[in-house]
Amino acid sequence: MDDPTLTERRPSAVDSVLTGPTGGRSWFQQEGVRAGVIASVSTVVFFGVAAALIVNSPNWPRVRDQFFSWEDFREAWPDVLGGFWVNVVLFFQAMLLIPVVALVIAVMRSLRGPAFFPLRLLSIIYTDVFRGIPLILLILLIGFGVPALDIQGLPNDAAFWGLIALTLSYSAYTAEIYRSGIDAVPESQRSSARSLGLTQFQTLRFALLPQAIRNVVPALMNTVVSLQKDVALIAVLGVVRDATREAQIITNRTFNYTPYLAATVLFLAVSIPLTRYVDWYVARDRARRSQAQV
Amino acid sequence: MTVKLALDHVHKAYGDRVVLDGMTVSVDEHQVVCLIGPSGCGKSTLLRCVDLLDPIDRGTITLDGVDITAKGIDTNAVRRRIGIVFQSYNLFPHMSVLDNVTLGARRAQKRPRREAEEQARELLDRFGLGDKAEEFPNRISGGQNQRAAIVRALMSDPEILLLDEVTSALDPELVGEVLGVIRELAERGLTMVLATHEMGFARDVADRVCFLNEGRVLEEAPPAELFGSPQEERTQQFLARVTEAGRL
Repeated sequence: MDDPTLTERRPSAVDSVLTGPTGGRSWFQQEGVRAGVIASVSTVVFFGVAAALIVNSPNWPRVRDQFFSWEDFREAWPDVLGGFWVNVVLFFQAMLLIPVVALVIAVMRSLRGPAFFPLRLLSIIYTDVFRGIPLILLILLIGFGVPALDIQGLPNDAAFWGLIALTLSYSAYTAEIYRSGIDAVPESQRSSARSLGLTQFQTLRFALLPQAIRNVVPALMNTVVSLQKDVALIAVLGVVRDATREAQIITNRTFNYTPYLAATVLFLAVSIPLTRYVDWYVARDRARRSQAQV
Repeated sequence: MTVKLALDHVHKAYGDRVVLDGMTVSVDEHQVVCLIGPSGCGKSTLLRCVDLLDPIDRGTITLDGVDITAKGIDTNAVRRRIGIVFQSYNLFPHMSVLDNVTLGARRAQKRPRREAEEQARELLDRFGLGDKAEEFPNRISGGQNQRAAIVRALMSDPEILLLDEVTSALDPELVGEVLGVIRELAERGLTMVLATHEMGFARDVADRVCFLNEGRVLEEAPPAELFGSPQEERTQQFLARVTEAGRL
């Protein structure tokens, strides 16, 4: 870097326009500082006004005691935390089952030829029905209905059937995600796999699915975030003592709603880091892809 | 000369659009046949139908005298006897060149990986891709992609190779290396059917050139004859336009 024209460039008319009358710091740096100041001020004003509105509302003292009682929070915490463990276990069990069931449904739907029509039909009926039923109703119907049948050899445990209901519903959505990924793989990839003499299954397994799944990883991860919260719906079965149910039991006894806040804090403690991670992962994935295309 | 491949009055429509309208053409063993003609004349569809990638509506396609479109034919076995290379190479982007090339051998033919890789490396070496075996398709040039796709099609020792405008997607300076590979295969006596816009190459390498128009063969002759004194008016018009564009 001995070239003096690079290191000692004389100021020109353009420079003064870019830096403005103050000189020194560039236009961009000044703009950055200004943006930072505006952002901080507007944030403080916004949350200040919102807090003032809440605290000055006529019933605030009562709400504060019923929802934000530190004493009730501390008292409820051990039970709610114990219940949250049930949610975590349920979450991981569902995360193991859903990708497998969904993949089977998606593959069934992607098979071509008249011989596979019954499988395609079955897959369409499955996704239509289980995406059409609100999850809370599905948990109630399966969680209470199937154990009531008292079928030999099937577990009668409500938590088990809650897991099945979650899996059935989420697999329908996840299967559609897989299918959109499979459909996004160019038709020519299928042609060239078949031209090598691969069967339909081999074509899916070795040529299409690896590309399809890579396409939909961001969408799958968003589903994981929403599953993490929906496991709380198992509380409607009553007998499963998860975080929400534990909070409900305490609230029914004390008429104080703070235990719900405890459960909320626990769910947020998991879902916020998870959401941040997914955002980071998706951004990185996008950056990598746009790089790979150059 | 024995007939290797024959299409007899093949009809094929996509919806309302008739693409093959009584296509009749035959290819002798060790012959190179070039299909030329305007876009939409049915060249690509013909090749796709021969490899059983698209079903035909009527007519017959025979390979060594056996109707391969008949019911009860093992289509996967037929596809292994026929190699096809596409315009846009279609290598699998999630696999290395070596895995791309050996996939059919390993999965469809159930050959051991070691043996398949040995054969693959030999072929890759011969076509100048020896050092690209571990690369992924997006890291190598279009010409290298297309040569790898040809190697992939050759892995099952096909009795006939179909080439669908294999140089059309390439940068002009990469066309030569791919045509060189095809020329070598022709010299070694591989039976080939090429759909192509490279008239100069067709004149060089083909034993017979077929001019396709509206889903059937309008005129066919040895290249010198077809390019020198085309009989049909449509053929003359087509060749005149190609010459104008500087492609002949």
